[in-house]
Amino acid sequence: MHEMGIALQIVEIATASLPADLGEARVTAVNLKIGKLAAVVPESLRFCFDVAIKDTALAGAKLVIEELPVVAKCNDCNVQWTIEEPVFVCQTCQSGSLEILSGRELDIESIEVVEEEKHDSG
Amino acid sequence: MIPDNFFNIKRCFHHKEFDKPHHAHTHLSSADVRTQKSGTREIKVVRRVLDVNAKMAEQNRRLFAEKGIFVLNVMSSPGSGKTTTLEKTLARIMPEIKSAVIVGDICTTHDADRLAKTDVPVVQINTDEFGGDCHLVAHVIEKAAVTLDLDAIEFLVVENVGNLVCPAEFDIGEDSRVVILSVTEGEDKPVKYPLMFRECEAALLNKIDLLPYLDFDKQKALDFIHQVHPQMPVFEISAKTGEGFDAWIEWLKGKIKSKTH
Repeated sequence: MHEMGIALQIVEIATASLPADLGEARVTAVNLKIGKLAAVVPESLRFCFDVAIKDTALAGAKLVIEELPVVAKCNDCNVQWTIEEPVFVCQTCQSGSLEILSGRELDIESIEVVEEEKHDSG
Repeated sequence: MIPDNFFNIKRCFHHKEFDKPHHAHTHLSSADVRTQKSGTREIKVVRRVLDVNAKMAEQNRRLFAEKGIFVLNVMSSPGSGKTTTLEKTLARIMPEIKSAVIVGDICTTHDADRLAKTDVPVVQINTDEFGGDCHLVAHVIEKAAVTLDLDAIEFLVVENVGNLVCPAEFDIGEDSRVVILSVTEGEDKPVKYPLMFRECEAALLNKIDLLPYLDFDKQKALDFIHQVHPQMPVFEISAKTGEGFDAWIEWLKGKIKSKTH
């Protein structure tokens, strides 16, 4: 429901990350990592991203989303596993004390730019 | 602003030799031909998308700590009884602990009008001014908080926008979060919205006075809550009749006092 706000943030961060000396550059892709526990729907985010990039330095860029699984570690028996269903209990020792190692991410990893240096050949 | 040294640029050039003869724009005269070098490079960014909000939330947290205010973020679906629960809660808390409320809604001041009757200072935030957001964000809380006399209060309640999805994602600088689930909703809300139930410290199961008239399986709801968040304290209450409030108020007072004393 808040994917548009997130899309606008992505555009802002990506634009601010463009080095000043880049000149005529086009952003071709934004690489994003989203944990499965994050309250973001990738499909909605893609839709909003396509709208948000219009008339910006990111126009035409692709949003590449890598979804990360929810990985937990039991604080009692140290077992590590991937949570596939909303059960946050250690399957080995039934402990409820666990640490979420991944799954909450909503991070921009990198942006890809194409530089087009044009000069006369003659 | 991002410091210049913030991003570590990893150059990954994949040059295509556009200036090779067979790639030249042969339909143009030699004087017009422009050679073009093109490369893709990857610029490492590695930033949390919600970084700006997280920083603002930390700023709020420092402000509240400095003023000795305990901040509670109350979240739930629409219609679960947040406002009624807060009216009853504040009536019990207020004589002892000076409180204030920030109420978030997309529009209308109905909730703030109701809470104002409890003599508690109330600030209404209508998120439509901020783009109709379905949740409150840290900078909006800061704007609302500075309109209150922060030296005169010890407890600030934030009634978030009714929504079980988005508010869980946004830190506002609070000390604790609670979620209200009412028995007129499905028992499986905790497993449908696991992030919300994981992010909150306690849950209130509201409208228990209606249990005799509903098919709601209370044990199933409690099992789902504890499946998502083992050991989560659950207070079974009726905001209408006041049933179950003693344990909830005692827990809340304990939390407030642990910060303000």
